[in-house]
Amino acid sequence: MASTPQTSDSHTMAQGGMDLLRFATAGSVDDGKSTLIGRLLLDSKSIFEDQLEAVESTSVSKGYDYTDLALLTDGLRSEREQGITIDVAYRYFATPTRKFIIADTPGHIQYTRNMVTGASTADLGLVLVDARQGLTEQSRRHAVLLSLLRVPHLVLAINKMDLVDWSEEVYEKIHREFTTFATKLNIPDLEVIPISALQGDNVVNRSENTPWYSGPTLMHHLEHVHVASDRDLVDTRFPVQYVIRPKSDAYHDFRGYAGQVAGGVLKKGDEVVVLPSGMPSKIAKVELFDQEVAEAFPPMSVTVHLEDDVDVSRGDMIARPKNAPKPSQDIDAMICWMTNEPLKPRQKLAIKHTTRTGRAMVKDIQYRLDVNSLHRDQDTKELGLNEIGRVQLRTTVPLLCDPYSKNRTTGSFILIDEATGVTVGAGMINSGS
Amino acid sequence: MTNTHVDYQLSQLDQLEAESIHIFREVAAEFEKPVLMFSGGKDSIVMLRLAEKAFFPSKLPFPLLQVDTGLDFDEVLSTRDSWVERLGARMIVATIDEAIAAGHVVDDGKTSRNRMQIGTLLGAIEEHGFTAAFGGGRRDEEKARAKERVYSHRDDFGQWDPKMQRPELWSLYNGRIHAGEHMRIFPLSNWTELDIWHYIHREQIEIPSIYFAHEREVIERDGMLLSLGPEIQPKGNEQVEKKMVRFRTVGDRTQTGCVESRATDTAAIIDEIAIARVTERGATRGDDRFSEAAMEDRKKEGYF
Repeated sequence: MASTPQTSDSHTMAQGGMDLLRFATAGSVDDGKSTLIGRLLLDSKSIFEDQLEAVESTSVSKGYDYTDLALLTDGLRSEREQGITIDVAYRYFATPTRKFIIADTPGHIQYTRNMVTGASTADLGLVLVDARQGLTEQSRRHAVLLSLLRVPHLVLAINKMDLVDWSEEVYEKIHREFTTFATKLNIPDLEVIPISALQGDNVVNRSENTPWYSGPTLMHHLEHVHVASDRDLVDTRFPVQYVIRPKSDAYHDFRGYAGQVAGGVLKKGDEVVVLPSGMPSKIAKVELFDQEVAEAFPPMSVTVHLEDDVDVSRGDMIARPKNAPKPSQDIDAMICWMTNEPLKPRQKLAIKHTTRTGRAMVKDIQYRLDVNSLHRDQDTKELGLNEIGRVQLRTTVPLLCDPYSKNRTTGSFILIDEATGVTVGAGMINSGS
Repeated sequence: MTNTHVDYQLSQLDQLEAESIHIFREVAAEFEKPVLMFSGGKDSIVMLRLAEKAFFPSKLPFPLLQVDTGLDFDEVLSTRDSWVERLGARMIVATIDEAIAAGHVVDDGKTSRNRMQIGTLLGAIEEHGFTAAFGGGRRDEEKARAKERVYSHRDDFGQWDPKMQRPELWSLYNGRIHAGEHMRIFPLSNWTELDIWHYIHREQIEIPSIYFAHEREVIERDGMLLSLGPEIQPKGNEQVEKKMVRFRTVGDRTQTGCVESRATDTAAIIDEIAIARVTERGATRGDDRFSEAAMEDRKKEGYF
């Protein structure tokens, strides 16, 4: 591979070659989420001296008995003044084996919009519950949203175990309750971990207070959970993003189709079809910068050359002749609505799906999903802010789409208000026809 | 031709690169008049490298814009010139002195050159009609950045309103703007300082020599080491000392401090950073130290 990192004797040099885990956290301030994130950052030595000093001095001036780690992830001044968290904040830390990106979403106001945003790119969702409270409506809701967004791995962290005397019974009860609830959801991988974020038990270091617990610590699980197989390496999907034509003397006939692989593997000699035209061709070569690469797979950004001089432009998709999405203008999708003015039938919006943009009209709102009870309200006529529902759309351009359950890239879209330009909806495709 | 991937895994650095290249291409495809804000610092040089990869073998489909404070390090300017020449890029330089003359900014004798960059930058964006401006900001740098979108919307006045940010889902970026508005684009959002150095090391990227340890006459002031120069002279009982130092960021000469270091190559810098205990901005940027919310305020006004 052109981009294989150089090796070095130094152990810190390994960072360039390690892998990446993106995870989303959900939970309210009371569940100790900020404290937990502060703990992960601190114990992985991602907190710098000046940051820690600032937090220590603030804790002292507020009269706390201990350093409030939650202050480490404290946000903007305008938020502190109003005592709210505005939206998703991204945090970074690394251990010797992995780099982590946390999408930290507030549990309360605007929770759905923010959680859906944070979960859209996550490999793993971390739901926090207070051991004293057990499962709440909010924790169920978080699990439903993570499942809807097809986040493949879920961790239920039962926090504040110190306040229930490290009771195995409490742990087992919450575990059972959650497992029963989760049977209605799509959660391929679940880990339930008893922790104390405040004291650090089972966060990075194994706790002596939970001899009955044989599972991993939170950090160990985050470091080792297997995410590579979550990608689709079978169904080739290459949305063309940009056509590279240098028009220079040195590269007179160069015509490359640039984009990020959304599924499958592309290599020289593959028979392909360009959608929506249906024109067949063969891959002449795949390049990454000035190097030819043997294979391209998700999420590589590459440039593909075809053998034939076919007409290809931005918004088209390269797939395989016997495995290609059917161009669809009638879209059945779950939509999360993100703005005050409700979504109504016959409403017209701009739609962006992969690299393709068009217009969409709402044909029907089939039902509104109650994210607490999973009840489907079929009498609804509209979707309000932070509501999720099943919607039928008609688009002006055919979408080259897959079900979201098969491919999170070719199965998702955003809806844009054409007057304000604001992103007002997020869609997950059930099917297209 | 390179070997087949057996496990179809991309390292985190390759994933970051792929994401950034995707962002560059998306902006070039959807915006009428993008520009890359180039400071000559390591982050903006990494941006240039990623842009080079995104459009190869075409030249960059947008110009570079630099705000010249008149106080830039010579080493930074010469590295800039070498990059611009190699890529055949178009370079626009907006100077603070010109902006003062044009009335975009007022020099009251108290405002730092850093702060005056804001008016200069917004003046240049408006004058050229740029609709998208790439910046090298990273979310790990600072609290106010942690909530920044990859596409960050700016109104007619170039201001950032944290409450009006658009939700950003999957890798679907919304580039819609109205006339007079523009979008700031941050392709390095998910990179950390360490990632930047790993990438510079791996790609053998040319950066200004002042990032590497060298001997320099410095003065310690307010806990920062400042480089002796026309603007920085000893006051009171301050001592001029000769030390081995390097710069972790390159702003203007009067605001940017250096740190003691023996690191003369990228591998040594990576080792040093991996154990560094002070954030790069906290250590060496006077402009961020005035208040805890300094960056938040400057961002709202239209800073990089």
